[in-house]
Amino acid sequence: MQLRLEKRSQPSQLLRVVTPIAAVLLTMVLGAIVFTLLGYDGVGAVREIFISPLVNSYKWQDLAVKAAPLIIIAVGLAISYRANVWNIGAEGQYIIGAVVGTGVGLATNSMTGWWIMPLMMLAGAAGGAAYAAVPAFLRVRFRVNEILTTLMLTYVSVYVLNYLVFGPWKSPTSMGQPQTVMFSADQSLPYIIPGTIVQLNAPIAIVVALVAWLVFSRFVFGFQIRVVGAAPHAARYGGFSADRTVWLALLISGGLAGFAGVLEAMGPFGRLVPQFPTNYGFTAIIVAFLGRLHPIGVILAGLIVALSFVGGEMAQISIKLPFAAVGIFQAMMLFLLLASDLLVRYRLRVVRPGEVPA
Amino acid sequence: MSTELIIAIIITIAGAATPILLAALGELVVEKSGVLNLGVEGMMLIGAVITVAVTLTTGNHLLAVVCAALAASLSSLIFGVLTLTLSANQVATGLALTILGTGFSALFGQPYTGKDVPLLRSPFPPELATDPIWRVLFGYSPLVYFALIMVVVVWWFLQKTRAGLILRAVGENDLSAHSIGYPVIGIRYLAVAFGGAMAGIAGSCFPLFLTPQWVERLTTGRGWIALALVVFAAWRPFRLLAGAYFFGLMMIFEIYAKTNSAFRVLPSEFWAALPYLATVLVLVLISLRREGSTAAPACLGKPFVATG
Repeated sequence: MQLRLEKRSQPSQLLRVVTPIAAVLLTMVLGAIVFTLLGYDGVGAVREIFISPLVNSYKWQDLAVKAAPLIIIAVGLAISYRANVWNIGAEGQYIIGAVVGTGVGLATNSMTGWWIMPLMMLAGAAGGAAYAAVPAFLRVRFRVNEILTTLMLTYVSVYVLNYLVFGPWKSPTSMGQPQTVMFSADQSLPYIIPGTIVQLNAPIAIVVALVAWLVFSRFVFGFQIRVVGAAPHAARYGGFSADRTVWLALLISGGLAGFAGVLEAMGPFGRLVPQFPTNYGFTAIIVAFLGRLHPIGVILAGLIVALSFVGGEMAQISIKLPFAAVGIFQAMMLFLLLASDLLVRYRLRVVRPGEVPA
Repeated sequence: MSTELIIAIIITIAGAATPILLAALGELVVEKSGVLNLGVEGMMLIGAVITVAVTLTTGNHLLAVVCAALAASLSSLIFGVLTLTLSANQVATGLALTILGTGFSALFGQPYTGKDVPLLRSPFPPELATDPIWRVLFGYSPLVYFALIMVVVVWWFLQKTRAGLILRAVGENDLSAHSIGYPVIGIRYLAVAFGGAMAGIAGSCFPLFLTPQWVERLTTGRGWIALALVVFAAWRPFRLLAGAYFFGLMMIFEIYAKTNSAFRVLPSEFWAALPYLATVLVLVLISLRREGSTAAPACLGKPFVATG
């Protein structure tokens, strides 16, 4: 008797939905074992990271704060990855979005008016899209691999940010601290639930995901992205341009990352500081995959990954677990999810000796 | 410029180039077998943190480098199981490996943060390196020489040995190699493990002679530059050598910009960003030169599933 893998004629839709949940549950089990072996309180780590933030209702607002940027970025990445365009530099587009949005913010800092906030948001999205346009142009015009260019530009973006906050944009009243001036009331995201830290970016994230879902499932453009990603040759016969898809994928994912960046600057940060890059752009890659590259899945995955961040902060205090442990849990989730992909595409079958495999 | 300064610059360039060269040589072999492992940065971080830990606890540099190679190689096998046995997406799995390496090294390195790691100095008697001219030959860390030797070894292996020929066949046409009877998956496992070991040794360079203290994300994207370098070198070991030293040159500007007023015309952040900008520029230039066809192994990044 032996086990055989048999390709399914159609990927299992049920397993596509079930496997991410299984991956998260398995991460909790495996994580408890691994961290116990590493000499930590493994069971406590899993409890603090995955359960405590859920049972403490005052932590729910932190979940919303952390999930919002992850969801916005990951929705863009999901679209990009479906088209087989590997934008892994969302972190850089996120930073440049915040930088460009802040540029508008500094120019309008002493002004008042309702128009300032949408203008900053627009500038942030445009900044992120423009920064992603560089790899798009290089890929379409020169066939340069976008994985490497998007990532290289991420490192560059950190230096752009540092140059500005240590140099020309340093606030004159900051007493030598590298930071820009605070955004004015007309430049800061309003709190939507009184008495909490939940700002406008949380509902915006949900809207972004819903709009993406609608566009993706209903319009020709969504179809084009999926076809070019899944079957480039067929797409060419269908008259869809692969180059245009590359442009769209990078502009959308870059634009959304930049949008998330400016929202983060106008919201939780309130100004630009050197500590602004918090790896949301990289973590969103996990969110996109865990959400099965689907906007609705991304909302749920964003909440789960945000959970690990909030729980990680709690575990740091309660059981002295280093925050870096969160990264390991997140990587495990992604590994287990990718491993489970096999079951979506293949069927495990027991073959008895003598039986001719079908 | 004095001879002293020029020699100091050459030694700095060689130091900066070495980790990229080592990691890129490993990745070159991996890619020649048809596998794209984007986890280089993560494996380098694992190698770096293991080196710090072993050096600080035992004081034995050689043991530290061996442990770094083993640990990074072990981590690359996670990638191997997922992409080769379970035929998972190589791009995503490689990214996951980098995320794992970043998290693991941050966790594992915490107790060692800020402690000075004893440097791994030139293996030659110090008398040989007192004269500046001789220092050009004898003044480097052993890993610098090791990287140079490995360039020749990898070239010789790929071009002159039967095993190298089989490895390239697996990367160019996995189905044919399989039908002749070569174990495609097994060969790719070996290549991935070798790439991991080399990335681990590349990681060792940071605490042992570049920045002798542990901080999170110590390798600052050098693993990604190594990946770009493989493309830049069109999968050829000797071009890799030239490319790595070119990047070494790009990297020393940041160091000299801090002390030399001639660099002040541009902000220091520009000089720090230069290697990354140069990488993008170089990728454009080589694509201009190599119009149409590419030198990439034909099966690069494609999963292989044995049938029949």
